[in-house]
Amino acid sequence: MTGAVTAVTPREQVARPAPAIELTGVTRQFGDTTALDDVTFRAEPGQVVGLLGHNGAGKTTVTRLVAGLVAPTRGQVRLLGHDPTTDGVWVRRRLGVLPSSQLVDLRMTARENLVFAARLFGLPAAAVAPRVAAVLEELGLADRADDRAGTFSAGMRQRLALARVLLPEPPVLLLDEPSSALDPVAARELRDLVRTASRSQGRTVVLCTHDLAEAAELCDEVVILASGRVVASGPPAELAARLDVTAVVDLGCDPADETAAAAVLRRRGTPGERTGAGEFQVPGVDRAGVPGLLSDLLRDGVRVQAVAPRHHTLADLYFSLHTTRDGGAA
Amino acid sequence: MNGDAVRAIARRDLTAVARDKGVLAPMLIVPLVFVVVFPALAFGISQVSVDLGDFARILELVPRPVLDALPADPSVRLALVFASYVVPPLMLVVPLVVAQVIATDAVAGERERGTIEGLLLAPVTDTEVLLGKLLGAWVPALVVGLASSLAYGAALDVLFWSTLHHLLLPTGSWLLMVLWFGPAFSAAALGLTVLVSAQARSVQAASQVAGVAVLPVILVTVGQLTGLLLLTGWVVLLAGLALWCLAGWLTVLGARALRRENQVA
Repeated sequence: MTGAVTAVTPREQVARPAPAIELTGVTRQFGDTTALDDVTFRAEPGQVVGLLGHNGAGKTTVTRLVAGLVAPTRGQVRLLGHDPTTDGVWVRRRLGVLPSSQLVDLRMTARENLVFAARLFGLPAAAVAPRVAAVLEELGLADRADDRAGTFSAGMRQRLALARVLLPEPPVLLLDEPSSALDPVAARELRDLVRTASRSQGRTVVLCTHDLAEAAELCDEVVILASGRVVASGPPAELAARLDVTAVVDLGCDPADETAAAAVLRRRGTPGERTGAGEFQVPGVDRAGVPGLLSDLLRDGVRVQAVAPRHHTLADLYFSLHTTRDGGAA
Repeated sequence: MNGDAVRAIARRDLTAVARDKGVLAPMLIVPLVFVVVFPALAFGISQVSVDLGDFARILELVPRPVLDALPADPSVRLALVFASYVVPPLMLVVPLVVAQVIATDAVAGERERGTIEGLLLAPVTDTEVLLGKLLGAWVPALVVGLASSLAYGAALDVLFWSTLHHLLLPTGSWLLMVLWFGPAFSAAALGLTVLVSAQARSVQAASQVAGVAVLPVILVTVGQLTGLLLLTGWVVLLAGLALWCLAGWLTVLGARALRRENQVA
């Protein structure tokens, strides 16, 4: 009995016309509970796609469907054109998943964990030791390679888990909350790693995260899930621009002119909210309305020090969507 | 079939168990009791001039042909009945404990620790995962069980040589018990353990349920002692065959329970 070894490189997926990951009308039920309801999205080769949503939104179920751990009740899941349900081994050989659960055995050393993974993924025997050493070095664990994972901090365990995911160099990465246990420096390194995986190595990355700033920074596309349904998807900036909330301008003036400024705002019908000495948040004014506002203030002798139209962010959209769905509570 | 992956899973399970003192302890203590304590106890009984009292009634339960083959000295006779008829079936506990400890840790323990998903995310089939788990538990059970039985037989032969002037063990039925019935019993117990562990929420729950496998050992021992189930060659052969069939059936059920879908759903 010998392990079938298939070298897989990111180029292989680039050569394929099929999307890296594609879900079409996928519904998954567990008993009476619907974990996913008619979910459709795709991740193209080389893209970083963010999967956002509260706990229980269905992110982990998507991960398990793509990895072939569970089958869809309805709909179709494909990884590089292959069905994970019927072609699970092929799919998992090309998919690196960082699950939310514990990936490494705490009773074994970092090196043993990686050698075990290398054997499961069928790396050639001669390639195992150098590849393991390279990944340990890349993730900053070379000094602790022969220590048991149980003695590691949470951040180091997460880095070891990432090392295990990256070890077989899969063309598609599915990372579930990868920065959750990392300190700010390690989280930044992780973001660099994701960028490198996507931009330099051509890997597709699906990032399940709660960190909206991280998603906005890294992702080409985001898919927002709520109660198992896709409630929004697209590039982060486009989604934020689509946000149907009132535009707001932050206004700052000389504190001595605060009363005059308030009078101007009242006269315009947008009294706004005082946020500090000489500072107001003015709703109902977008970028196009800024010159008019400035003109009115200057005419009344208000010494304006700052006018800043607010940019809508992914976070604004996310909270807006969830506020609507949850009936007020974000 | 990815044999490298199967061996890697088995080796990893064994390494992890060997590093966990709480898991390793019962695997070492039980064989030690059988190999050291029981032969010493048997030898002690043979050396003490005892008033058989109630023990005489136990000897009356032993089939006549068996008793007639033993020396007339009541102490030696009691010691040899204990050593040759009571302990050998009880020794099935050794491979049973080894198989159960490893398999419970490898299946229920892995799920309890949350590492099962990492294994299921690897490019291996459900069958390869099952085979890795079975191999990792069954081979050590066989090795430890066989080594314990051989060590037990050797200890008895050394201790009783001056009394009997011939080897007490091996006998034909003892060899059948060790080489045929024991492995079959371990396999069946392992199948039960995997089936239970694949569905149990914790190692503790799995151990408690799988522990029922010790009941047949007690029944066989009592049957042997009372003459209700004398483990002659044919009985051992047929019982072993039945156990192999049971092991196969339990393994099929265990394989279903261990499917990815059932483990993460």
